[in-house]
Formats: sequence, structure tokens, C-alpha cells
Amino acid sequence: MIPAAFEYARASSVEEASKLLKKFGEDAKVLAGGHSLIPLMRLRLAQPAALIDINGIKELDHIKEDGQKLRVGALTRHVTIHNSAVVKAKLPLLAEIASEVGDNQVRNMGTMGGVIAHADAAGDYPTLALMLDADIVTNQRTIPARDFFKDLFTTALGPDEVVTEVVFPVANGPHKYVKFRRRLFDWAIVGVAAQKMNGGWRIGLTNVGPTPVRANAVEEALQKGAKAEEAAQHASDGLDPAGDLRASPEYKKHLARVLTKRAINQAEGHQ
Amino acid sequence: MAVTQLVGAKIHRREDPRLITGHGHYVDDLTRQGTAYAHFVRSPLAHARIKSIDITDASKSPGVVGVYTARDFKGLLAGTHPAAPAFVAEKKFVPERFPIAEKEVTYQGEIVAAVLAETKSQAADAANLIQVEYQDLPAVMDLEKALQKGSPKSHVDGPDNVCWDFTYTGPEITEAAFKEADVVVKERILQNRLAPVPMEPRGVSADYEGFDKKLTIWMSSQNPHFIRLFVSGAMGLKESQVRVVSPDVGGGFGSKISPYPEDYLVPTLSRIAERPVKWTETRTESIQNATHGRGQFYDCEVAAKKDGTLLGMRVVQYVDVGAYHGTFGAFQPVACLMAGGAYKWKGISARTVGVLTNRVPTDPYRGAGRPEATHLVERMVDLVALELKMDPVAIRRKNFIQPEDFPFTQNFGLVVDSGDYDKALDKALQLIGYDELRKKQAELRKQGRYMGIGFSTWIELCGFGPSAATAPATGGIALVESAQVRVTPTGSVIVYTGTHSHGQGHETTFPQIVADQLGVPYESVELRHGDTAEGTAFGYGTYGSRSLAVGGVAISKAAGKVIDKGKKLAAHMLEAAEEDVVFEHGSFHVKGSPDKSKAFGEVAFASYGMNLPEGMEQGLEAVAYFDPPNLVWPFGTHIAVVEIDAETGAPLLTKYAAVDDCGNIINPMIVDGQIHGGIVQAIAQALYEEVVYDEDSGQLKTGTLIDYSMPTANEIPTILLDKTITPSPTNDLGVKGIGEAGTIAASAAVINAICDALSPLGIKHVDMPASPDKLWKMMKEARN
Repeated sequence: MIPAAFEYARASSVEEASKLLKKFGEDAKVLAGGHSLIPLMRLRLAQPAALIDINGIKELDHIKEDGQKLRVGALTRHVTIHNSAVVKAKLPLLAEIASEVGDNQVRNMGTMGGVIAHADAAGDYPTLALMLDADIVTNQRTIPARDFFKDLFTTALGPDEVVTEVVFPVANGPHKYVKFRRRLFDWAIVGVAAQKMNGGWRIGLTNVGPTPVRANAVEEALQKGAKAEEAAQHASDGLDPAGDLRASPEYKKHLARVLTKRAINQAEGHQ
Repeated sequence: MAVTQLVGAKIHRREDPRLITGHGHYVDDLTRQGTAYAHFVRSPLAHARIKSIDITDASKSPGVVGVYTARDFKGLLAGTHPAAPAFVAEKKFVPERFPIAEKEVTYQGEIVAAVLAETKSQAADAANLIQVEYQDLPAVMDLEKALQKGSPKSHVDGPDNVCWDFTYTGPEITEAAFKEADVVVKERILQNRLAPVPMEPRGVSADYEGFDKKLTIWMSSQNPHFIRLFVSGAMGLKESQVRVVSPDVGGGFGSKISPYPEDYLVPTLSRIAERPVKWTETRTESIQNATHGRGQFYDCEVAAKKDGTLLGMRVVQYVDVGAYHGTFGAFQPVACLMAGGAYKWKGISARTVGVLTNRVPTDPYRGAGRPEATHLVERMVDLVALELKMDPVAIRRKNFIQPEDFPFTQNFGLVVDSGDYDKALDKALQLIGYDELRKKQAELRKQGRYMGIGFSTWIELCGFGPSAATAPATGGIALVESAQVRVTPTGSVIVYTGTHSHGQGHETTFPQIVADQLGVPYESVELRHGDTAEGTAFGYGTYGSRSLAVGGVAISKAAGKVIDKGKKLAAHMLEAAEEDVVFEHGSFHVKGSPDKSKAFGEVAFASYGMNLPEGMEQGLEAVAYFDPPNLVWPFGTHIAVVEIDAETGAPLLTKYAAVDDCGNIINPMIVDGQIHGGIVQAIAQALYEEVVYDEDSGQLKTGTLIDYSMPTANEIPTILLDKTITPSPTNDLGVKGIGEAGTIAASAAVINAICDALSPLGIKHVDMPASPDKLWKMMKEARN
């Protein structure tokens, strides 16, 4: 439970963070909330040569309404997102998801940018970003979410690239995130997010593959007037989830269907 | 002197302010000047030959004091790891165990090298530089395969994988019962392997002072005196040269009873390095190396009559011993002796088979054998009820041992001291609203919902124990208990006990007893424990719900001796005959003349002065040992209500009620707390926890608390508690143990509720942990 030795540097601006990343090379890691990174380091499953601490970059901690967009700074903590009146008004599904991330300690420290950049298959925000066509803004460019999540723990980020902001569309229609897990603080065994917007449905799935999944077939079926129950049968179309200690691949696919039905029904206000 | 009635009062735990605010003293909080830190290199493989160990790079790493392998310890440590006979007098094969592997590693996590360095980080860094070359050997994982002829062996030089195969009573004893039977039910019942996960992992800190040949060990232990006995012997020291101090202990659940390799290695490293050495276990090391609990399966058969009368039971227990015989690993077969539960049987045949595998050893874990017994008998009785379409309540009532039967000699000759099982059942039914629940269940079933009600009418034997039973089980030392009560000249009282709290609240409970008995203020009574340099010559530790029923009674006896001496002195002071002096409410007075009296404090002060009665020595203190005439037998009824999600298989525990009887109660708040904790630990076994190894490679797959699903308060419903009080006739306080009761009772109630919920699908039995994916699969198959 003792990490290997590493360099530590505190960045006071995004430019400085990027410079430091460049300096330390590919083995450097950005430290935000640290609630995924530090446990991996303690188990020596991750042994970064350097940590670039961005916790001092205050401008990354923000929630801004920008017309039909909601801009969430990379350093915004889950607890801030969950409590934000702006988020509750403009994208309540995000507030709901933030309230269900980890436990109190994780929610007090963990950040939007950290979850996005870590790209854990069981991360909750990536699902929302993908299904809503959010943009991931970095110090160098803007990357559409659908091009951002490449594989398990793998993103489109370059070695000196820092996530600064995630830009979601405003959506305050019917919505629900159903997160199926054993313990309240656990990662999702499977999670399903449903959001009604622009007259259609957006459906996203968590932890059913190496990256988040948008359930296009479900969305299309709903568009054609299918009932939640019928449409949800398509939630597992094309899925090939890996089994783990908590769920077999078959069970995950089954959960994707059941939870999709529930998410849509609950979003619409009936069980 | 105010009249006090502390026994039975809900007094807040004295230790809590210190522990809750971070002012406790755990082993890791204590660091000697000049300490070097130990880090152990552990085998990443479950079974392998060690071909070579290269320490060259590690030895040169910054801050390294030394790097050590087995040969460095060979001349300094003698003997093998102790293996108590416990409930299996004859063993087939007990592998030799040296604290550090030399030629062969037999489980993932076995120590192969040790690093000492100036800091923890330097020790960890250097450990990574040690190159160990292994030759992989097949890992023995499956118990049944391990017993087959020609199976790979968990120890290459062993005869086979059978650690023990012991028959308590043969099948002939149940022949008549099975002949008479109208129905016979059979089931294989699994007991999932559990990691104890104490909040404080283990830790050992040692300082060997070579000039004086004095060794002090600070460690997190339930059992400091036994550790002193084992470690002094192995190190060639006298017991008197070794002091074991176990300060605050953050939970143990049985995993801190037995000695561990580190308990020998850390003191020896201090001896080698001639400086204090400290080692603190990490959470992953704890899950990997602390002895595991359960890890068994049972093949059971029960014979019964049409009217629900239970006749006979046949049990074969298979225990996954692990790679080595746990010091008290052969305690688990007590499950065989307790398999009859709260019921009367014509015959029970029982056999236990201990199987060596390439997993970490198993040892007692909260309840140790008794949860397994309850689980199997409560499951089997429900299976009989299901077969006969009987209500689970009715079949239990029909077969209970009745109040007038006590003391009741059960099938294995154990004498159940007292009980009133119907009374606890009645109260529990009322508490949970049983009739209403059955109505609700019928309604929900019509809607296609799966709600179930499960019972556990548990009994327990605890309070280890009588010398006649326990001395042979340990190999000579009877598990009686000692106490010393010392009264200072100013009348305050220090109580020394040989038990050792690791969360039980002894610092509160035991002073409650003494304050009442001596009539002194509760605040003036202090409890000391956990230090072999203080108190009596030997203490026996805390496990098996023994501290109050054995240790508390010893304390009370010692306090009684103090009063006896006080009476003699008071009579002398009051110029009365000793037999005319009465001690009440903290004061000695002459019978019939309450004004002619001496307060306890006055007598205490006088005992250190002059003019004592002829032949009386100064001072007011006493030592007592209590050798209980029998074990004690708590009991109760637990009822669980679950609903299974028809689509996902997720079990939701919606209601839980427990009515327990532990005889007289000293502190109801502590009793409730222990019941809560115990129940939650068993719910954890029933629904959440399992140590999982890869069945081929023997790699641990649940090495963190992300993967090892220990539940939190979020997952547990409010638990409804009530009690009955049936004092134990075994001891003067009328007390029984309660520390393990919840764990003994609850897994059966939860699983019985799940089986009841799923009975419309024809599902009769579900094994633990009943996880959603498992239940979904069973439900899916049952529907097809």
C-alpha cells in the first residue's frame, strides 16, 4: 500500500500543467481528485514517474450556463455538480448521476475531468457525455465524446493534453439513471441513462463494454413508436461485455435490457 | 454510599470517546526510537518450488538494513507452527510449517523473504528488487478433486491432501431413524470462504534487548498470553523474558487468535538487527494472509416422519483447511457436534474431513463452526417442512427441546444448560408480524412477486471453557480464566483480566460488575488487559463468546475474595464476630446494627495500616481463576424478510427481527451492539462476501475491498431487537455469551427467506452468497 517513488509538481495554470506533462513525458499523470489514481498507485498497479497536481487551477472548477450548453470545468467535484442549482435546472440527469458516484469521500474529491480522462468502463459521466454528444474540451482542441473514448482506460488525449471542460447540451426533459450495483458505493455492474430531448430519446449504457455505449437501436425503436419494453429488448444488440466477479456476460446483457426498460419508464414517471 | 445498580444499565462505552475521536492506541500508533521497518516478499504463486532468490540488487537499495531469507532464520527459530487438537484428536497429515518458506510455497502470499529498511517506503522499494525464481506446481483448489486418488498434492512431499478424516458417530447410529422415516431429504450445503477484514489490520512491533535478553512485542492480538507462550518457545526464550502488549485492538473476529509467521519473524528480525522492528499489514495483505473463515461444504441427509417429527441426520463435513493446519483450524468440526440445533433427534451420525489445499489456512471466524451448524440444520429442517408442506414454525415447535428437558444431554453428550425456545420464537413472530406477512406474501405471489420469510431458531454453545473439555483440545492448557482485583489504599480498584477486548467493551462491562459488587463508584474501577506484564500469570484471551461467561465470572470471584478479607478486617475494626458482619451497598456493618459500620474505602485504607487481625497480611487484593462446570448455551429466533426482484434476481432484505437470549445482561447497549454487528456479518456471508481464488491458478481474485464485497450500513435494514432472559445455571452471574450470536443465527434466516421466496419456482436450496447474478440464473433455469 505504499506507492513507488514519483515526482510531484503543482501546476498553477493549464499552460503550466501542459508544460510539466511535456517535461515528464508519457509516464506523467494528472492528479485531480485522485480517487482512482491513488488506489492504483498504492497497489503499484500504476507507477507514474510524475504527478502533475492541477488542484490549484481554480478556473477549472466551474459550472457555466452558455445558451443551450452547460459547461462543466474539469476540476468540478461531484458534490458541487450534484448540489448545483444550474445543473439541476439545465441538466438534472447530470446532478442525479453525480449524486450516485462512489461514496461521500469520492464525491467530495472526485472530479468531472478525472472521470472523463480516466475512462473507466464503469465510469458514469462518460455514458452521459457519449449519449448527449457532449464535447470534451482540452487545452489544445475540442473532441466530440464519440471520438474521445477509444478503449478501456484509453482516450484520444495526447501526452501533454489536459481536459479543461466538458460541454453538455441543455436537457431538462424526462430523464433517469438506473445504476445497478450491490453496495451503494460500488461501481455500476450495469448502468443505463435515459434522457428525452428534442422529441427523441437518448439512451446510454455503462459497463457493458470497454467504452460507454449508446443504445442506438433502442433510440430508433422508440422513435418508431415502440413501447419501452419492446424497445429495451434492443439494448443488448451488438454488446459483447466481459464477465467479472459480479456478473456474467449474459447477465450484463440481460441487465442492459431490464434497466433500459426501467430507465425509460421511470423517466416518464411510471414504474 | 449511594445504592448502585450498574449491572443491567445502558452505560455508554467508556472506550468510545477515545476510539471515535482518533485517540486510541493501536500498534501502528506506537513507534520506538530507532525503529527499522519490515516488508515481506510474498509468493505470487499458489504452489511452486523456490529455485533461487537473488537479493543482490535489493541489498544495495537505499536505506536497506538487511535482506533475509529462510536460512537466516533457521538457527533462530525452532519448531513448527502450533496446531491444536481442538475437536479432532487424530490427524492424518499436518504439514510442517516454518514462518518463512525455503523450498516450496504453498499459497499465494506465503513469505519468502524479508527486507528491513530505515523507512517503510525504502523497504517496499527494495522488496520489489528481490528476484525469486519459481518453478510452478499444480495448485490444489477443489476439495473433491483433492481427495481423489492421483490428485496433485498441496505439499509435494505429503502423502496426500487429507489433513484429517474423523468420524464422531458412524452411520449405524442413524440406521433405525432412517428405517422409520416417511421422508428423507438430502442436500449439499456450501459455506463460502470469508475474509475477516478487521478495521485494524494486523501489526507487529518488536524490541529485543540483547543485553538483558528481554523481548517486548506490541501486536494486535486477541490472545497476548498464548502468543507469548508460542513465540518465547520458538525463539528459545523463557516466557518470563517475553512481554506481549496488545493495546487497542480494532477488531479480530477470530483472525487474531492464532500466531502468524510475522509474529515470529518480526521479533527475530529485531534480534538480528539489534534494533526495534515494526511491520504493519496492508489491507490487501490482510485479505490475502489473515486466516479465512468457513470454506466448507456439507453433505446432509435428514429422516423425518410424515407429521414432521425429526428422526435422524447424517452429516459429512468437508473443511478446506488451506495450505497449513490453522492453529485452531480443527475447531470448525464443532459444527458436527452442534448439527442437531435446537431439536431432539434419535440419532445423528457425523464425520469431518479436513482437506489441504493451496489457499491461505482457515481458522475460527466469528461463530466458528456454530454458524455452519445452524445454517445446515435450519436449512435441512426447512427442506423437510417444504417436503411435508408444513409451516416452518410448526415443524420447529414440534421438535424443540422443551423447557422441562433442561439440562438436556444432546446426541454428542454435550449438556445444554437451559433454554425456552418457544418463548423466543413467540416473541419474534409478534415482533415481525408473522401472520400479516404471510397474508402479504400470498398477495404478492398473485402479482408474480417473490417475497419470502426465513427462520433461524438458533442455539449456541460458548464460553470456552471447562478444563475437562478444553485442556485436551489445546494440548494441555485449560481455557479457564483468571482475574486479579486490587484495591488501592484510597479505595479505587484496578481489575486485571486475562481476556482481551478487541471491540467488546470490556472496559465498561467489567467495571460495572465490580462497582456493583464492591459498592464503589463506577468511575473508581479501572480495567487493565492486553499486557502480559500485568495481572495474573496467564490469561486466555477473547474468542468463543467467553469473556463474560468465564472472565467476568473470574472477576466476580476475585471481588468476592476481596470482600471476604474485608469482612474479616471490618469485624476486627467493629469488634464484632466475622459471621455477624454483613456487606451491603459498599459498607460492612454488624447484623441488626446498620449504624455500626465501616465503608469499603475505610476498610481498604485500614488494610494498608497497622493493627490488623492476627495473622492477616497487609493489602486488599485477590486473584481468582474460574473453571466453568459447563459451557453456556444462548439461543433465540431470527426472522428475515426478503423480496427478490423478479427481473434482475437482486435480493432485497426488507425486514429483520431478532429475539435473543444470553441470560442475564450486564449492559444492554453493548449486547444490542454485538447482536447488530453479528447479524450484519452473517448477512454479509449470506448475500455479499466470498473470497474467490482462480480455480486453476490459485490466484486470489478478491484482494481489495472493491472486489471483496463487504457491505456497509447502507445495505442493511433497520434490525428489530428484543430478548428473553433465561439465566445460565452454569455460573453465578447467570450470563451467557452474545458476541457471536448474531453471526451464528442470521445467515440461515436470510437464506431460508430467499428459498421461501423462490419456492413457487420449485427452487429448494440456494447457496451463499446469494448474489443477484446467481439468483437470476437459478430463476431463469427454473422457469425454463
